[in-house]
Amino acid sequence: MKRKMAVLLTGAMVMATLAGCGGGEAAPAAETAAPAADEAPAAEEAPAEEAPAAEEAPEEAEAEAPAASGELITVGIINNDPSESGYRTANDADLKAAFTEENGYSASFAYGNPAVGNANEDQVKAAQQFIQDGVDYLLLSAADTAGWDTVLQDAQAAGVEVILFDRTIDADESLYAASIVSDMDKEGETAVNWLADQGLETYNIIHLQGQMGSAAQQGRTKALDEKVAAEANWNMVEQQTASWNAENAQQIVQSVISSGKEFNVIYAENDDMAKGAVAALDAANISHGVGKDVIVMGFDCNKWALEELLAGNWNYDGQCNPFQSSYIDDVIKTLESGGTPAEKVIIMEEKGFDAETITQEDVDTYGI
Amino acid sequence: MANSENARTSSAGFLKNLVRNQCFIPIAALLLLAVFNLIADPSFFRITLGYNSAGNPVLSGFIIDIINNGSELAILAIGMTLVTAASGGQDISVGAAIAIAGSVILRVLCGGNARPETLQAPIIVAFLVACVVAMLFGAFNGILVAYFKIQPMIATLILYTAGRSIAAWINNNELPVISDPKFAYFGGFIPGIPIPTPCFIAVACMIVIGIVLKMTNLRLYTQAVGINQSSSKLNGLNPELIKVLAFVILGLCVAVAGLIKVSRVSSINYSVIAKDIEMDAILAVALGGNALSGGKFNMTASIIGAFVIQCLTTTLYKFGVSSTALPAYKAVVVILLVVVSAPTVREYLNKITQKMKLSKEVA
Repeated sequence: MKRKMAVLLTGAMVMATLAGCGGGEAAPAAETAAPAADEAPAAEEAPAEEAPAAEEAPEEAEAEAPAASGELITVGIINNDPSESGYRTANDADLKAAFTEENGYSASFAYGNPAVGNANEDQVKAAQQFIQDGVDYLLLSAADTAGWDTVLQDAQAAGVEVILFDRTIDADESLYAASIVSDMDKEGETAVNWLADQGLETYNIIHLQGQMGSAAQQGRTKALDEKVAAEANWNMVEQQTASWNAENAQQIVQSVISSGKEFNVIYAENDDMAKGAVAALDAANISHGVGKDVIVMGFDCNKWALEELLAGNWNYDGQCNPFQSSYIDDVIKTLESGGTPAEKVIIMEEKGFDAETITQEDVDTYGI
Repeated sequence: MANSENARTSSAGFLKNLVRNQCFIPIAALLLLAVFNLIADPSFFRITLGYNSAGNPVLSGFIIDIINNGSELAILAIGMTLVTAASGGQDISVGAAIAIAGSVILRVLCGGNARPETLQAPIIVAFLVACVVAMLFGAFNGILVAYFKIQPMIATLILYTAGRSIAAWINNNELPVISDPKFAYFGGFIPGIPIPTPCFIAVACMIVIGIVLKMTNLRLYTQAVGINQSSSKLNGLNPELIKVLAFVILGLCVAVAGLIKVSRVSSINYSVIAKDIEMDAILAVALGGNALSGGKFNMTASIIGAFVIQCLTTTLYKFGVSSTALPAYKAVVVILLVVVSAPTVREYLNKITQKMKLSKEVA
């Protein structure tokens, strides 16, 4: 009896797990049914859209018009797993909030999740599905840079416009309408320039790197490496990867403190690692923040990190802008009105926040 | 004359026993690392008493770092040793399970609000809930392994892939941050006590498992099931139950490690918390000279193995090995240690020494 119960229970659990895993894939399949039904009106959509554009109606009216007439712009959005990071969660939420029926869109979402399968393959499959369904626009944040040529050619043949966001791919520029990206090199430069403006006599830096080889790590490392090589009073006390991980960062900083090396700057390539570093500083009673012994720098602008800035415990946080939807919206509007985007590669504006000038408003607006 | 002969053989016997002892390899590795550090830089062993920013006394130094940061791994090694011995396989989902346990703790403490002003529940309640959840997931793994006869690595692969998503889902994908300083005690310092709290937690776990192994038949039963499942069944044991029990105990270890992990930073990052810790935990068991195919086990050796790994990590950090080369250095040392401590190699070495002895006697 007991054993039977156990078997039944396990069966139920397995089913639940499978249902849980399958949920992500089943959802887009169900959602894509809607755009498929919309296929016919989609064909008529272009002329209908052009009319208000020709009259040069204000943007808001333009957005409302298709919604009112019931003709939505269908977009297939292929993103990465939202639980990957706070950045991705904010990115996904931003897209979901922007591409709604109220704004004149019918959006379907698909995700590549490296934990469940081959993220890129899943994304390619989802893209093919979207093209078959006849979406108007394919928005893509690819897991890998390679392997997209065939799909994008299919999209072009089917008349689907492709807009890349957040991540670029290795494909010919003619295959996509626009690419909206962060410039990681620039993020690093902004941060290093800010640090140089602090006018310290000597810079003894602990550099906590992200996962080696990632675009964010390379961009944020490059600027600092160049500066340290160029300036005599900039020294790298420790340069080590903590793989975006707070605990690893804590261990590395603990180790530097234990070995008695002097340092006055912590340059962490994300907020989590800065947090770990600060935990180690606190344990050793080393003061940090505005006007204190050690300058703490982070990236990504998590809300809690900006609050640390506001409290003066950290000094600087560099933004990695996850809010691409307004840029994408602009591109789609331009394309719908028959124009072409002025630039193929659109680099988003990204700020760097200084603890001395940050306001509560910044925290609310830019915190993710 | 006879006397000295006797003394020689007994001292040789002592040496032989020492080498044969399963704890010899991990202890030797630990000593080797210690000697290396002593020669390279004696300040490795310096321990200083200072004060943290809250004005409480704290000990610091590399040795403290090792004991402190190795705590979670040592706790996990306890559970992993039992799972290995009973099922002849390893649980690769502990990292993901730690993410789940940590997420549960934060969820209960925050009550759904990502940044609560005050704790919404006592910490002990949050921890107990996490224990129950982690043990249920352990039981899930255990049932798949014991009743459905799925290979442990495959069975736990399910949780390994799904665990971090589940953890994120528990907190609605938000990243809660806890501001109450009391919560940081578990991964930091209790005011007035200069020794890091994780050390106490780890020692408590060791004492508990020590008592359990001494007072109950857990060791005997686990080994019996691991060595020969059918004969243990014929002797009236319930091998399935014992396997599930091993996974449940590992679940408990996971919950404890999860508490320390989230307490260290008072927050969680689902994708990186306790990343790859399952591999280190399995490695600790292997370094302890335990056969990964199950059967007899030595708990002490596994725990020492865990500290060897942490000692190695800290040593590499100390010498500022470049980021890109770090895993490679670690791999080289690990390969050496694992090969030397592998039961087959030890047997082979024993044979060689015996042969040498024989040839000596003949000569």
